[in-house]
Amino acid sequence: MARLQIRNLEKVYSNSFKAVHGISLDVDDGEFMVLVGPSGCAKSTTLRMIAGLETITGGEIRIGDRIVNNLAPGQRGVSMVFQNYALYPHMKVRSNLAFGLKLKRRPKPEIEDATEAVANTLEIDPLLDRLPKQLSGGQAQRVAVGRALIKKPDVFLFDEPLSNLDAKLRASMRVRITDLHKRLKREGQSSTVVYVTHDQTEAMTMGDRICVMKDGCIMQVADPVTLYNRPENAFVAGFIGSPEMNLMEGTLAVNGGVNIRLADQVLTFGEDVGNRLDVRGGEVLLGVRPQHLRIAANDEENALEGHVSHIEFMGHEVYLYVDVGDIRLVVVVPSEQYHPEDIRDDRIRLIPRETAVHIFDRETGRNVSLSANA
Amino acid sequence: MAEEITVRTTAELDSARTLAEGRRMHAISSAVRYALLAGVGFLMLYPLIWLIGASFKTNSEIFANPGFIPSEPTLNGYIDGWRTSTPYTFATFFWNTFLIILPKTIGTAISCAAVAYGFARFEFPGKRILFATLIATLLLPNVVTRIPQYLLFRDLGWLDSFLPLWVPSAFAGDAFFVFMLIQFLRAIPRDMEEAARVDGANTLQTLIYIVVPMLAPALISVCLFQFIWTMNDFLGPLIYLSSVDKYPISLALKLSIDTTEAFQWNRILAMSVLALVPALTVFFLAQKYFIEGISTGGVKG
Repeated sequence: MARLQIRNLEKVYSNSFKAVHGISLDVDDGEFMVLVGPSGCAKSTTLRMIAGLETITGGEIRIGDRIVNNLAPGQRGVSMVFQNYALYPHMKVRSNLAFGLKLKRRPKPEIEDATEAVANTLEIDPLLDRLPKQLSGGQAQRVAVGRALIKKPDVFLFDEPLSNLDAKLRASMRVRITDLHKRLKREGQSSTVVYVTHDQTEAMTMGDRICVMKDGCIMQVADPVTLYNRPENAFVAGFIGSPEMNLMEGTLAVNGGVNIRLADQVLTFGEDVGNRLDVRGGEVLLGVRPQHLRIAANDEENALEGHVSHIEFMGHEVYLYVDVGDIRLVVVVPSEQYHPEDIRDDRIRLIPRETAVHIFDRETGRNVSLSANA
Repeated sequence: MAEEITVRTTAELDSARTLAEGRRMHAISSAVRYALLAGVGFLMLYPLIWLIGASFKTNSEIFANPGFIPSEPTLNGYIDGWRTSTPYTFATFFWNTFLIILPKTIGTAISCAAVAYGFARFEFPGKRILFATLIATLLLPNVVTRIPQYLLFRDLGWLDSFLPLWVPSAFAGDAFFVFMLIQFLRAIPRDMEEAARVDGANTLQTLIYIVVPMLAPALISVCLFQFIWTMNDFLGPLIYLSSVDKYPISLALKLSIDTTEAFQWNRILAMSVLALVPALTVFFLAQKYFIEGISTGGVKG
């Protein structure tokens, strides 16, 4: 039962490279927090600092009501699952699971009971007498999760635990881990999780909240829906969602309507966008998700005209790659709404869904179209 | 039609002939290869085979009969050699060797593992200089340090005891072994150690429960090398030991040379054979780990 609080956490390496720039983050008791970001964004470093495997240069980490900055990893009440399992190669699965409890000098029957219970939960009981090298990737990862589970820690730390598994196994492990989390929560056990991944699907499907990081800074912390619908900046907007959000450079001018000049065309938006804006003009990025562009009917106005460079048929939807001037857009159209005859001479006209349009300051990347709905 | 068949048959015959020829060539080349290998192997092993054969000969036959099968096999060499011309039997000398090897090997394994762990896994002030010093001692010829070492041990009052022979090694004095273990450790990912630390192990527990078992193949090689080299070390005991009752085997073999007027070669040879037995036995028992240990990347992550 513990919440994790991070205050102004900093990490500077001995070669004076600053990896983490004073981040603050609260993870509530029982919350599943996902740290996500591109490689090199210091998400793993942050996790390792929570675990105690990296020294902390500045700030503080609190687990429950203890400041753990200077505690050894074993005393922090955390357990960790590593990317490449990190099972002890010379120990059988049983001893791997029991190692942490053995170090704590728990009585033997207690250790045995705990091992059995964890093995049952994760369905690894038939594997107890095997060595790690006799396990498949999925089995090894389950044992690694078991090793974390058996200690009943305050906080679970996962460091890209699924990236060594194939796609199918990854999907099933994803479900298994979220189920496990729900079950721990239901049983009233401590179930605070910090989960590091670079895979946004994992982040979106598993996290109660997601912390998007970039270059050692937090870009936004929010639940998956908010993150998707109301990204605070262009980075989050581009990082979350697949295919990526289209970001188009343009110039904003508000005079009556909202006009955005893109390349040599002007798009005009109505009140919905106007009410949300907290600036009146300037250099901006117009953000529209590929799913929020639709093909215009012939007589519709205020459409973006472009040239279709190629088309990918994905089954349930069709990806259109459209060039508008120098800007390359991706448009996702559900298969049943895709009619090849809408495209004449490779020309296409697109209309963005006004309620789903985002406008970012080009300089700072800040989303300037969030205000009224906030 | 008929012509065609004939042609085809000829072609088939031809190809069959080439095949058979190829097979024959292959057989011949294998035969030559193996004969050559066996010949060279025999040449290399000949002194050893001769040694074993000669140890069963009488003293007079050794020089009379160049072959290695004794004409009148006798165990006299072994019996007399074991008794020696001193008040001690070879059992004493074997025991002495054992008393040197045991602490030396165990001490080497423990100390080198600890030092290698420190160098491979921790950052500490002066690490670079210390590591450079370690490598420098590797390059230093042994002979250069003999005299200063002798003076040092004399001042400590350790002369004519086993201490100078094993104490330096038991405190990681053999840079080669430390270096070997460091290289081996560097190839092992750190994740297991980090997992152990998160599991609550302190540095020492991590070393004992996680690092040492993973280092096992390399440690076995280290022990084996130390065992064989100590067994064969002649100069060390020669310099530091003066009482006959403390002689290890390597010195005791020389003993029978200069105390007898006429050399009893059969005794010397018989005892040499016995002196080889422990090292060979240990080597063959540990061969599997030994090879795993000296070939890099023996441990998979």
